[in-house]
Amino acid sequence: MNTLKEIIDLCKVQSFDMDFTRAKEWKAEKEGRVLVGYMPIYFPREIIHAAGAMAVGIFGGGDRKQIIKGDAYYQSYICHIPRSIIELALDKHLDHIDGFIFPSICDVIRNLSGIFKQQKIGKFVKYMDFPQNFLPEIGGVFYQQEMEHVLQYIKEINGIEVTKEALNHSIDLYNKNRKMISFIYDIRQDFPWRMSIEEVYYIVRAGTTMPVEEHNALLEKVCEFIKEDIGVPQDKIKVIISGAFCEQPAIGLIKAIEEAGCYVVEDDYMLGSRMILGDIDATTDNPLEAISTSYINQSQYSSSIYDVHNPKEFRLAKMVKERGANGVIFASASFCDPSLLDAPIFQNAFNKLGIRYIAFQYSENINQFKVIKEQVGAFSDSIKLWEDEPVITA
Amino acid sequence: MAQEAQKERSMILQKEMIDGLFNDLANAKELGKKVCYTFIPGNLSELIRTFDMLPVYPEINALQSAMRKKSGAYIKEAEKNAHSEDVCTYVKCDVGMLMKGNVGPTGLKIPEPDILLLSYTGCFTFLKWFETLKREYPNAKVIMVHTPYQENAEMTPHMVEYMVKQLRDEVIPQMEAVTGIKFDEAKLKRHLVLAKEAEDWITKIFDTTKHRPSPIDAYFAGVYYIGPINIGFRGTQEAVDYYKELHAEIMERVRLGLGPITPEGEMKEEKYRLVVEGPPNWTSFREFWKIFYDMGAVIVASSYTKVGGVYDMGWRHDETRPLESLAEYCMNCYTNLNIPQRIALLSKCITDYEADGYITNSIKSCNSFSAGQLAMMREIEDTLEVPVGFIESDLVDPRYFSYSNIKNRLESYFQMLEQRKSMKETV
Repeated sequence: MNTLKEIIDLCKVQSFDMDFTRAKEWKAEKEGRVLVGYMPIYFPREIIHAAGAMAVGIFGGGDRKQIIKGDAYYQSYICHIPRSIIELALDKHLDHIDGFIFPSICDVIRNLSGIFKQQKIGKFVKYMDFPQNFLPEIGGVFYQQEMEHVLQYIKEINGIEVTKEALNHSIDLYNKNRKMISFIYDIRQDFPWRMSIEEVYYIVRAGTTMPVEEHNALLEKVCEFIKEDIGVPQDKIKVIISGAFCEQPAIGLIKAIEEAGCYVVEDDYMLGSRMILGDIDATTDNPLEAISTSYINQSQYSSSIYDVHNPKEFRLAKMVKERGANGVIFASASFCDPSLLDAPIFQNAFNKLGIRYIAFQYSENINQFKVIKEQVGAFSDSIKLWEDEPVITA
Repeated sequence: MAQEAQKERSMILQKEMIDGLFNDLANAKELGKKVCYTFIPGNLSELIRTFDMLPVYPEINALQSAMRKKSGAYIKEAEKNAHSEDVCTYVKCDVGMLMKGNVGPTGLKIPEPDILLLSYTGCFTFLKWFETLKREYPNAKVIMVHTPYQENAEMTPHMVEYMVKQLRDEVIPQMEAVTGIKFDEAKLKRHLVLAKEAEDWITKIFDTTKHRPSPIDAYFAGVYYIGPINIGFRGTQEAVDYYKELHAEIMERVRLGLGPITPEGEMKEEKYRLVVEGPPNWTSFREFWKIFYDMGAVIVASSYTKVGGVYDMGWRHDETRPLESLAEYCMNCYTNLNIPQRIALLSKCITDYEADGYITNSIKSCNSFSAGQLAMMREIEDTLEVPVGFIESDLVDPRYFSYSNIKNRLESYFQMLEQRKSMKETV
C-alpha cells in the first residue's frame, strides 16, 4: 500500500464485500477464532476483540443485493435494511459468522433479532439492550451485565475467559482507531477537498470488516497522506449530514451530495465507529466499567439514545458551529422511526436558531438521485447567494 | 343509519369510570391532583395511584379521537409541522390534538402534565414521543423507566434488579418531589392486592372463549374489556367490581348458550373461531368489526388485549414483592416479548381456544407489532397447519383504512375457511 489511491481502492472493495472475505480469512488463519456480526448503530467492539473474536459490521445489502426472499418477511411500509439483512442470511453470506448482535435502536432491528432466533441463524443471537438510564450505578451496571452476557456467549464457543489486560489492550487499539478517524474529519473540516466524503466512507466502513490492527495500520497511512496539501479546492458550501445512521445510503447518493455543491464535513453514516467521543480509559482495573462510563458520558448524540437531559438539537447546533458548516442535510431512510421521529425536534429548533437545512428520504437500494441532487444543488446555491448572512442567529 | 349499540350494565359501569376520570382531569387543578402522562404497556397504575396522581394515556386519547372521527385532522396538523407521513399515527394524533388546544375526546380540556412517566416498554416510539412532548411541556418532569426487552425469552435477575433500582432510586423519589407526597409502601401493596384480583377476573373473562359458542369477542369487545385495567383503574376496587360484573354477565351468556354481543345485537351463529394478531383499526372500528360478525366470525383470542399485560400465562402482581412485581409486570407486556415468545403465546391461544384460523391485522405505522408479523404468520401456519390471513390498516389514520380491500381479502379468507371445513366434514 504505497499510495492513498491504493488504500482507498482496497477499502472500497472491503466495505462492500457481501461475503466478508477478509473476516472469513482471519477466522481460518487460526483455530478457535470467532466472528461476531453486529448491526447498526453502535456496539463496543473492544469486548469482542478482547475475547479473541472479531466484530463484523452488518449494514445491509445496499444497492448491491437484489431482494427476493427478504420481501416475504417485511411489509412494504417497513424500512429496507431488515429485508436485505435477512436476504444476506438466507443466501448464506453470513454462514461463517458465529453470533449476531442487534443493538437496541428501534423496534424493527429488535424484532429482527427475534426472527434470527426463530430461524436459528448463528450460534447465538443477542439483542443488546443499551441502558436508557444514565446513572453509572444503575444503567452503567446494567450495561456491564449486558456486555458480560455477550462475553459468555463467545466463551461458550472459544473457551476464552477475558482478562483485564486483554480488555485494556483492546480499548487502547480502538481508542487509536477513533482518534485517527477523528483526525481525518478534523483535517477535512478545513481542507475537505483533500479527500472526498465517499473516500472517507470507504475507509471508515472498511474498518468494520477487517481486524482493528489492520485498519489502524491503514488509517496511520491515510492520516499521513492527508496532512499533505493535496486536491483542489472548489466553490462548495459545508454541510453536516444527519439521520443516516442505520440503513446506509447507496454510494451514489453519498457522492451525489458532494457533486451537487456541498462538502460534507460531518456525518453520521458510520456513527457506530465514532460513537464514543475521545478515549476510553485503558488503564483501569475494571475495563467493562470504563466502557460503560464512556457510553454514558462520552456518547455522540444519537436518535437511539434518550436525550431529555442533553437535547440533541443543541448538540447538533453546536456541531454546526464547531465544524463551520453552512447548513444541515437531514437524510432519513424511508420508514426509519428514530430518524423521522426526530425530524420535527431538529427542524423546529433550527427554525428558531436560524440554521439552514433541507430534508429528504432515501432507501439503501435506490440509486436514482436526480431529484435529491437538484434539491441539494438548490440548497447549496441558496446558501451561496446569501452567504453574507450569519449562519446562526441565536 | 347505524343501529344504536346494545349496552349491558358493565358497559355503563365502565363509561361512568372513564367519564369520571376525564372529569377529574378537567378539574385536576381544583382537585389539587398532579397529572401523570404515561403509556399503556408498562403502565405503573398502582404507583401512580399511590401518589394520588391522575393518569393520562396519549394512546387512549388518540384512539378515542379516531373513533370520534377527529384523528384525521389532528394528523394533518402534525404533518404540517414536519412530522413524517410514515411514523406512528398515535404520536401525530396526540401532537395534532395538542396543537389544536388539547381538548380531549370527551370535549374536555386535558391538563398539562406534571410528570411524563416514560415507561419505555416494548415500543421504541414511546421514547421519541415523550422527547417530543418534553419540548412542548418544558416544565413537566420526565421520569424514564427503561424496561429491558425479553430478548432471550426470560426475565433475568439482573433485568429485575435494573428496574427495581430505577423505581426505588429514581422514579419514586422524583414522584415524591413532584407530588409532595411521601411514598407509602403499604398503600402500594393494597393497590397490588386489588390489581391481582382484577387480573384474575380478566383472565377468567378471556378464558370464557373456550365455550362454544364463545360468549364474547376477545378482540372487538375485548378492547373495551381491557379498558379499566389498562387506563389507570388496575389496583382499584372499582376495577375489581367492574370485572366481577362483566364476568357474571358473560357467564349468564354461557349458561344461556348465547354468542357475543355486537353493535347490532347478539351474534346468532358462530361459524368461524379466529385468533387475531395486531391492534385494530380505530377510525372505522365498527365497519371493521361488522365484516367479521356478518360472516359469523368470532375472535376467541387476540394479542392486542395483552398489550397492557400478559396475565393468561399465570403471572400476577405480588404485594409481597412490590417493586420486583412492578418490574416484572412491565417486562411481561406483549410487545416486550420476543418473536418466538409471541409465536408460542399465539399458538397456545389457537390450540386452547380451538381456533379455525389466524389473522394478522398489520398496522402501517406500528413497527413494534408489525415488524416480524409475516415470519410469525408463516411459522404458525407451518407448525399448526392453521389457515392464515393477512390484512393491512392503520391505527388512527383514516387514509389507510381501505374498506373494500379489507372486505375482499376477508371474504376470500372466509371462503377458504369454509372450504376447509367442508373438506374436514367430508373426511
